[in-house]
Parts: sequence; structure tokens; C-alpha cells
Amino acid sequence: MSTPTLQGHGHSSALDAAEAGAAHLITVTLRVRRFNPEVSADAEWVDYRIPIDPKERVLDALHKVKWEIDGTLTFRRSCAHGVCGSDAMRINGRNRLACKTLIKDINPEKPITIEPIKGLTVLKDLVVDMDPFFQAYRDVMPFLITKGNEPTRERLQSAEDRARFDDTTKCILCAACTSSCPVYWNDGQYFGPAAIVNAHRFIFDSRDEGGEQRLEILNDKDGVWRCRTTFNCTDACPRGIEVTKAIAEVKRALITRRY
Amino acid sequence: MQIHKYDTVIVGAGGAGMRAAIEATKRSRTAVLTKLYPTRSHTGAAQGGMAAALANVEEDNWEWHTFDTIKGGDYLVDQDAAEILAKEAIDAVLDLEKMGLPFNRTPEGRIDQRRFGGHTRNHGEAAVRRACYAADRTGHMILQTLYQNCVKEGVEFFNEFYVLDQLLTEVDGVKRSAGVVAYELATGEIHVFQAKAVIYASGGTGKFFKVTSNAHTLTGDGQAAVYRRGLPLEDMEFFQFHPTGIWRMGILLTEGARGEGGILRNKDGERFMEKYAPVMKDLASRDVVSRAIYTEIREGRGCGPEGDHVYLDLTHLPPEQLDAKLPDITEFARTYLGIEPYTDPIPIQPTAHYAMGGIPTNVQGEVLADNTTVVPGLYAAGEVACVSVHGANRLGTNSLLDINVFGRRSGIAAAEYAHAHDFVPLPDNPAELVVSQVERLRESTGTERVADLRRELQECMDANVMVFRTEQTIKTAVEKIGELRERYRNVSVQDKGRRFNTDLLEAVELGNLLDLAEVMAVSALARKESRGGHYREDYPNRDDVNFMRHTMAYREVDEATGAESIRLDYKPVVQTRYQPMERKY
Repeated sequence: MSTPTLQGHGHSSALDAAEAGAAHLITVTLRVRRFNPEVSADAEWVDYRIPIDPKERVLDALHKVKWEIDGTLTFRRSCAHGVCGSDAMRINGRNRLACKTLIKDINPEKPITIEPIKGLTVLKDLVVDMDPFFQAYRDVMPFLITKGNEPTRERLQSAEDRARFDDTTKCILCAACTSSCPVYWNDGQYFGPAAIVNAHRFIFDSRDEGGEQRLEILNDKDGVWRCRTTFNCTDACPRGIEVTKAIAEVKRALITRRY
Repeated sequence: MQIHKYDTVIVGAGGAGMRAAIEATKRSRTAVLTKLYPTRSHTGAAQGGMAAALANVEEDNWEWHTFDTIKGGDYLVDQDAAEILAKEAIDAVLDLEKMGLPFNRTPEGRIDQRRFGGHTRNHGEAAVRRACYAADRTGHMILQTLYQNCVKEGVEFFNEFYVLDQLLTEVDGVKRSAGVVAYELATGEIHVFQAKAVIYASGGTGKFFKVTSNAHTLTGDGQAAVYRRGLPLEDMEFFQFHPTGIWRMGILLTEGARGEGGILRNKDGERFMEKYAPVMKDLASRDVVSRAIYTEIREGRGCGPEGDHVYLDLTHLPPEQLDAKLPDITEFARTYLGIEPYTDPIPIQPTAHYAMGGIPTNVQGEVLADNTTVVPGLYAAGEVACVSVHGANRLGTNSLLDINVFGRRSGIAAAEYAHAHDFVPLPDNPAELVVSQVERLRESTGTERVADLRRELQECMDANVMVFRTEQTIKTAVEKIGELRERYRNVSVQDKGRRFNTDLLEAVELGNLLDLAEVMAVSALARKESRGGHYREDYPNRDDVNFMRHTMAYREVDEATGAESIRLDYKPVVQTRYQPMERKY
């Protein structure tokens, strides 16, 4: 039976670095946008200096502040590894998930600025009102629409047809894309990229028969045509979804009525 | 305080809660109370698949699946429940596909299936392809699909509502569920929900361990709420340690990685699972693999400068296969370790993953007040519950199955119960306990900090009641937890506000974790045998004569002194057609 030595075992510098022993702590400054209407009507920047292992996450840094310095610091989080979508925030001016951003991947020499995502009402510190975001999602009918009787077994779908909408099934509804969109900031009526991504997920699903209805919703003046193709959404997506491309495909489907 | 009235109230909006909600909303006026936005639940972190004997890619049947589940659970599984799980698995998967779930497909366009730990053909002959999957984000797809269908059905959600108490009212000498009390995160307001039927689907308790795959929010809130009201918790000593968590961080790397051909290796590059499980090797059940990993580490064959982990080796698999079948976990390795899994093995260690125990229920999801009596109007499903389909060790892909089968069953049963019964009167001052608990924490000037106590609890649990346990380590844990519970009375929070006070809620959650950790340790101390996920080095064998039975733990309060204690009782295992055998893989 096989007992080979591992290919590359013990030789890769990346592996050696990952397995390096005791944590090497550095001191970083977190510059956090604080707001609590129970205390003051105005938001303010507050600096916190903390020691941290650069391999840790920005979320770990926020927890250090909350657990060791100031328990009033408020933010949402749950899974801590980029799948639940709770902790989207603006980190050094870019929308990212705090649990998927390591300290070493941003410049720890300078203060790390952390503020709530834009375009949604701030309720406290990094917590924003997500209801308008989820309303836009609900508006595009984000569920499979079919006609006629259901088959006894599964509906068949070729691997190619399944691949057609794979990218947009990855969405975790974190709002990083929608809240990075300048059109969304300036116009509360626009559906925003995330809702269009979730419409795309069904429009291009070969099993779905509700494409026409969804396209009509997105053909609205506040629909897909408001997109100005700034690519902010694609840059912001922590799941690597090609958001702008998905929006362009919906636009093309509206013109050609083929999808 | 606000009072609401619903036929059915569901606590939790993960897989089990939303699956129940889809059924209950069609049949009764239903509210879902959830401490997180629905798509934030930890169902979304499940990766590898959902078991069902569809036989789409090779011969399989539900009877083999039943057997594997019972054997995987080291015969502590209630066999009638396992049969239901395996039989209804097929429709559960097909239902999800019809709801829109984008499963990976075979060349013929059917739902594709892959191998997973402990799932075998013909009672253990070889691994079978039974796990239906969507890349390595099956849980994400299930959670999204269920939420999409909740939107379609118009399910009513109360987002960021923390349920802190279960209301019971005695009518005709029987304790019945009257509703729940919840805390609204946004405002700090207390809400009483009077309901004919209540379903707990609030998830697990993994956060009492330090290295865990569980979300920060998995703090056993549902278990604690019913336990404090005198209802039992079943088999809490049985906790699953998943073999492949990212070293030190605990982030889950799916068993599907080994299902796709990944291999565990020690520092010598040896495929050590051949020694421990000659037939199933890396795809033995999780308790077996986790013990093997720690045995390698203890015997000096661990990797890295401190010899405290082993490798998950995927380097022999084609990059296209990793990209297509395991895109998320390979990205986790890149993001969190800076390692390229195409070329480097991934450092892993076992990570606290899943509570086999929980609120005891029958196969309709009805909660039990003792070994046989049902609490009318009270239901539980998913990780919070103990049916028991997982026994002493759950098989991979059986939890995504559990939430769908028993989420659906409890949703239907609760709504039908609500139709047939009237509201039970609320107790006087229904919110009293929650108001006093919240106010005490908010106003406390104590000197203990939540974060310190939680860290000490987690370190104690990792050190003493993890993969290997002894009388001595468990006693150490019981003592330490007792000390922490004392110190918890002196805990205070910095945030005294009403708005989004997560500081306060972390204190509440810590209280839940402390209560449940104590139940776990006390239950583990009394079980002087090794079975599934509960391994006692001082009693290394399974003891069917004395311990082929479920643990039932009750909270007792001395009325004179107010002193709390835990009373243990035992419940027989339901055995139908499978006699216990020695478990080998």
C-alpha cells in the first residue's frame, strides 16, 4: 500500500510560513466609525490600538476591541469564514467581509479605517438597516417558477445548463455589491446589483419558466438600465461573482429576449 | 412589552426552521423568530452533501442507508427513526430539487452523488456514492433554496429576535407549551408570543469549544430555554469532532474532500488511516478518524514545528477536479493559510462540529417531558433536537438530511396540532424571568467579563472533554464549569443601552453555554464506556450491558435553598431489526 513521501512536503515556503509556530504580534490602529443615536446624533471616528497576529482577521481585531476594550462597539457577525454574509463593512474604503480580510493583506502600518457599508441607514456603529436590501431581493421573485405538473423524480438538467448560472448561485446576500454601487447610493429606487444577481440565477436556470416576468420587473426605469457599469460591485463581491457581467447578461436578455 | 398571537411559532431560521416554516405557513398562521437574518444561519456553512439512496450513479437502497446510520451512531440510534430518515431522504432531496436547488448533475442530467464517510454498499462492503451535492456548498444552496421558498410562500419573519424563555402552563395536570418570550435586538423590547404550537430549530452549542467549525452564534439558546423550565436534554455527552478543521482556526474542510480522493497523511507522509480502518480508510466515520488523528499526534507523528496537526493532501487530484468539486474549501486554504492546495497539503486538526444530543423528541418532532410523555404543543427539529437519528456519532451528510426530514415533519405536525387545539392561557407575568435576567445583566456592576469567562470555558472544554476523555479530565471540567458558573453571577456588561445591545446578548449566550457545558460534562462523567463520539480512555470499550441507553439530564432546583443540580436518568434505545455488532470500518 502507499506510503509515499509527500510531494513538496516540508519544502514549500508557503507551507512553512503557514505552519510557523508562535504568533508574532504587531500593533495596529483600528479607526472605527462609531454612531449610537442613544448617545449622540453625530457619528465620530474612534481609534483603538491593539496587538494582533497579522494572520488574524479584521473580525478578530474588532472582537479584541469589543471583548477587551469597549463592549459597546456593535457589529454583526456569525460564521467568521465568509459564508454567512453578516459582516460586510467598508475596510480602508473598500467593501469587504471582516472575516475574510486578514490584517496582513491590508497595510497594518497605517490606521485601518472601518465604517458601515453605504447606501443603507446606519442604526448603530457598523449595523445598517438591511430591510430595503432584502425588499429589493424579494421584488425580483427569487424562486423557481414552473408550470404544469411536477415530475415524479428530479427535473433533468445537463451539466452545461447547470453551469450557465453557477456563478450567481454563490451569492450570500451580504450587500457588499449593492452598497458599493454609486447609483444605489444616489437613488433609493434602484434594485441594486445583488437583486439583479439573484434574478440572473433564475432567468438563466433551464428549469425556470418565470424569466419573462422577472425581465419585465428589471426592465423598469429603476431596473437593470440604471447600471452604469462601474464594476464596483464585481470588485466588492467576496464570493468572486462577476456581478457586472451578470447584469450585462440580463440587459442582453432584455434586448434579445433569449436566455 | 408587546404580546403577539400566532398559531405556530418557529424559533430559528436555519435549514430545519425554514423547512418547517414552509409547511407550517401553508397550514397555519406562522411566525418565525430568528436571532439572525435567515440566510445567516450555520446551515449555510455545511459543505459536502445530503445523503439519500437515490441510486443515480450506482446501486443503493434506503435499507443500506438505515444500517449505515445505525452503525455510524454506534448503535445508540433509535432504529425506527433512522429508518424514517433513510426512507424519507429520497423525497427530501427530490423536494429540494423541485424547489430549485441547483445540484451538481450526472452526464445524464440527474442529481450527481459522491462518496462520504461511513456510507457503504451492502452493510459495509465498500464506500457508496450516496451524497447529493452542489460543489462544496451544499448547505449554502439548501439555505438559499429554503429562504427563496419562504419568500415564495410569504413566511413571516421576525428578524433579530432572540428567544430567551419557553412558557409552559399546566392545564389538567399536564404541562403544555403556551408560547415564548423574545428580546428584540434593535430596540431592547421584550415580546411575548402566545402560540398554540412552538417549534425549536435554533441549532447547536459548538461555541463552548475553542477550536470549532461552529459560528459565533451557536450558543445552545433553544436547549437552554427548555432545560431551565425543567425539560430534559438527551445524550448531551455525545459531541462530534470533525476530523478536518483548518489547523488552529477550526474552519471546516468538508469530508467531501476525502470523498473526492483526498488523503490524510502524518509527518512521514504515511496514509495512516490504513492502519485504523483497513476497508474505509479515510472515509471511516468521523469519530474513528478524529481519534486516529490525535493518536498520530500523541505518538509523535504530527506535522509542523509543534507536531500538533496532520495533513489533508489533495495534491494528487487534478486542479480541474478541485475547482469543480471543492472550490470553497480550496479557497479557504488560500485565504486563511496562504497555501495553494494544488501543490501543498493542508494542515488540519479535528474541530468541534456537531451536537448529537439535544432536546428529546419523537419522530413527529414532539418534545418529551420524560422518557415517554409528550409536552403538548412543543416541537424541536434539527441540531437542537435529539430524535435520535445520530446516536453516538452522526454520519456526514445526515445532518442536512435530518433538518429537511424532521423540519418538514415537525412543521406539519405543529400546524396540525394548532388546528386541533386552542391557545393555552399564558402564565401570570409571562415575561418576568426574561425581564429580570436582562435587567440584572444590564445593571450589574460586577467585575467579571464575559469574554474572560467564555475563553476560560472554551479552553477548559478543549482540554478536558474533547476527543479523549477520562474520569480525571471530566471531573476537572465539572469543577471548572462550576467555578465559572459562580463567577458568572458577578458578570457585567459595558453597553447599558437598549439599541442593538450585542454586549448584553453575548452575556446571555454565555449563560446558556455554561449551563449546557455542565450538562455535557456531568452526562459524560456518568457514561463509563466508550461509544461513538464519547471516548473514555479509562473505559475504552463499548458496554452494551450497562450503557445501551440514552442519557436524560434534568435540572433540579432545591426549593428550600435554591441550589441547582443535575439529575440523570436513562431511556431505552429503540431497536428494531439490527443487533449491535462490533464496529469496524
